[in-house]
Amino acid sequence: MQQNLNKLFSLLLAAVCGLLCMSFMPSGKIKPRPGRHTAPAPLKLPQGFTVHTIIDSSAKARDIVVTPQGLIYVKLSRPKNGKAILVLKEGPDGKATITGGFGNYNGTGLYLKNGYLYASSNEAVFRYQLNDKNEVIHPEKPETVISGLKMGRQHETKSIVLDNDGNIYVNIGSPLNSCQEKDRQPGSLGIPGCPLLDSAGGIWQFSADKLNQSYPEGTRYATGLRNVVGMDWNRQNNTLFVMQHGRDQLHDIFPDLYTQKQSAELPAECMYMIKKGDNAGFPFTYYDPFLKKNIQAPEYGGDGKKEGSPEYISPVVAFPAHLAPNGLLFYTGNQFPEKYRNGAFVAFHGSWNRTPEKQEGFMVAFVPFKDGKPSGDWEVFANGFAGVPEVLSPRQAKHRPCGLAQGSDGALYVTDDVKGTIYKIEYKK
Amino acid sequence: MHFTGSVGRATDNAIIHPMKKILVFSCLLCCIAPVHAQTKKAYTAKKVVPATSPVETLKRGKVLYQKFCISCHQVDGGGVPNLNPPIVGTSRIAGKKAPLIKVILNGMQERVEIDGEFYSNNMPPFKTLTDQQVADVLTYIRKSFGNTGTGITKTEVTMVRSGKIK
Ligand code: HEC
Repeated sequence: MQQNLNKLFSLLLAAVCGLLCMSFMPSGKIKPRPGRHTAPAPLKLPQGFTVHTIIDSSAKARDIVVTPQGLIYVKLSRPKNGKAILVLKEGPDGKATITGGFGNYNGTGLYLKNGYLYASSNEAVFRYQLNDKNEVIHPEKPETVISGLKMGRQHETKSIVLDNDGNIYVNIGSPLNSCQEKDRQPGSLGIPGCPLLDSAGGIWQFSADKLNQSYPEGTRYATGLRNVVGMDWNRQNNTLFVMQHGRDQLHDIFPDLYTQKQSAELPAECMYMIKKGDNAGFPFTYYDPFLKKNIQAPEYGGDGKKEGSPEYISPVVAFPAHLAPNGLLFYTGNQFPEKYRNGAFVAFHGSWNRTPEKQEGFMVAFVPFKDGKPSGDWEVFANGFAGVPEVLSPRQAKHRPCGLAQGSDGALYVTDDVKGTIYKIEYKK
Repeated sequence: MHFTGSVGRATDNAIIHPMKKILVFSCLLCCIAPVHAQTKKAYTAKKVVPATSPVETLKRGKVLYQKFCISCHQVDGGGVPNLNPPIVGTSRIAGKKAPLIKVILNGMQERVEIDGEFYSNNMPPFKTLTDQQVADVLTYIRKSFGNTGTGITKTEVTMVRSGKIK
């Protein structure tokens, strides 16, 4: 018996070692198809769509805007060679070259409107005047629109978007995961009332044209939002839409209430339609996509089932947990088929909080919209950024989608903040 | 079971089934004594599961890692870019013991540069772990995921906790 077992072990051992060896070999590498223009990016897309990479910038590329003239601005999360905003130009061969750069601050946000390029650091919003070709006139002399914004260690980036009435909206993320007395410590309860909401955990509205504003000049437009990275203004119903990054670690913090699996699947990543004065419930509630309800957070007396107060808004779309939505774009172009017009693209950076399940996300999703409301289920639009069949740990992902922009011809641009790759997705009839 | 890359990864998501446990265990041995395993095949296969204490330490350390650390530092110790640092191959993991022990006891809440990168999450303190547990989990990470550091003993943790070693 003992000997048999030993034999079995040796066999298993051999099998395991064999498998491990195999896994070291490059498996099923996708051969780049020889394209007419540039190296095609191996993404999975719906029929009729093509993609190629316009550049591998080797920088942490976050938000991106494309001017009507085809000039591309990309915000880097950290300056590279002293420059945090790259200027790119696409050549006739489909490859982009870096033609300039400016700004030496960390951050994520970038937005183009009314003759200005708006860009955010983690504490402030600047703007650069543009000439009639949408080129920045004084790259070294931005105007400070807003400053002194709260910046925690976490959720420090300030995403920005403008409406059509001269207002700018700024996300100020919660410096804490779930407003615990002791951040991310097992069993630690919520700070009563979560006072940090007076200056963070929401969207603030400022004037897009006044300089040197800070909290006193701003309005807390919406609260109860843990951290928003992707946001966009929907021009069909003239309303702000945001993508929230849901809270982490339900199991780590409350192991008696949540299993690891539940923790991997809760809460939903939510898309909210935001009206002035809305409260999305953070940190007091989170949205459970299975019960389809706002549930009381365990830090604030919840038991995993107790419903939250009805004053909190519900999401318009609930995506699977922890996928980390970093880009939101309403598509207003004409290049893509009818179905995509006015719909929402969402770039998911990919999860880290689904252990021991495999990590998910690393894709761009699409939600069809009609008259400013979702008109169907969301679907995966572009997938395969990770470059591996499975991601167990985020570092395995070769690319992670981040920012989205629409070109003047209706192409969709996607940034990646691992290798700084910029993808251009086109539809050809 | 997933096999995507290193030994650490492959071994790291299998506490579900007793048989898997054994597999994990043999893999662990593979990574501790790869030379032996290769040169004296049949012979070592018989000795696959000795209950010696270094192996026990690693086993306990691994259980602790999976309970308290895995969600942030991940199954392969690779961490999360920009959020949680990797604990593989970084200068400090292989380096001095006292600073590592302090990270576990006190957590890390300050923005510091780790090998040229910044990480924005908070690392909570694990004051409630015993000295033995801190030693076990640190020994585990210093010898796993491709790390080849030395172990950390319970006594060393006791000395740091009491302030005798700074
Ligand atoms: C909530 C997420 C989280 C958990 C859980 C966590 N860590 Fe960390 N850990 C971090 C972060 C974030 C840092 C870096 C903090 C900083 O830069 O200030 C860190 C730093 C470290 C470091 C120092 C790395 C270096 O190079 O300086 C070690 C070692 C470490 N953690 C080990 C552990 C161990 C062991 C556990 C489990 C007992 C654990 N961590 C649990 C997030 C976490």
